[in-house]
Amino acid sequence: MTRTEFVYVTYIAAPQQRIWDALLKPEFTRQYWLHDNVSDWKPGSGWEHKSHETGEVQLVGKVVEVAPPKRLVMTWAAPMDAANPSAHSRVTFELEPVDEMVRLTVTHDELVPGSDMEKAISGGWPRVLSSLKTFLETGKPLPTWAKAKAAR
Amino acid sequence: MDDVFKALADRGRRKLLDRLFKRSGLTLSELCEEMDMSRQAVAQHLGLLEAANLVSTVWRGREKHHYLNPVPIHEIYDRWVRKFERRSLKALNQLKQQLEGERND
Repeated sequence: MTRTEFVYVTYIAAPQQRIWDALLKPEFTRQYWLHDNVSDWKPGSGWEHKSHETGEVQLVGKVVEVAPPKRLVMTWAAPMDAANPSAHSRVTFELEPVDEMVRLTVTHDELVPGSDMEKAISGGWPRVLSSLKTFLETGKPLPTWAKAKAAR
Repeated sequence: MDDVFKALADRGRRKLLDRLFKRSGLTLSELCEEMDMSRQAVAQHLGLLEAANLVSTVWRGREKHHYLNPVPIHEIYDRWVRKFERRSLKALNQLKQQLEGERND
């Protein structure tokens, strides 16, 4: 099956370790993503993306590769597809210092073209990364999902 | 942010972004198809888009693949659209909900 991919890049003026923590620790992710990313972040472990408000698990996957504070690879799926590896896509975070900033690259690949997941993430990542950048640079998150919620 | 506005202020570059929106991961040769300009001009436009971070690239072997990176556009939206339009967007959204609600009933 043909799979598709997206590559998102943002430059963040913050220490690399802080950006790494902001991706992995629920006390940070809940502030700009409104979700808790929960795992022990060891290769082979599971991870969950849960609504901080309701505790509902909205994404699941496995941790594939962890090299702090540079590279994190994990699989990504809807909870109903947890036991179906063919429905899993893959997300890679790469952090690289560039001058006084850090380039954060998010590659989301192995997506099924036309799937609900493809549609959801192509709107979601720019919003999340924009909010992450603002959160780390100003200490204040953007109302990340405000518009999506209001439009519902 | 100046880079982004400059990069967007050209029809050819906007067309390149539209094409990457439709299909991601295209190479320079693939992007040259359907473009009414030289390969060198397309490469220059892509360089400008990449410098503005509107296009991200990945090397695979000897081929460079290009992806639309809408993150800076979202930052512009957050900075220049959301702030000024929050109130009217809310009203429009309420109207949309009401109209769609009526239709769905």
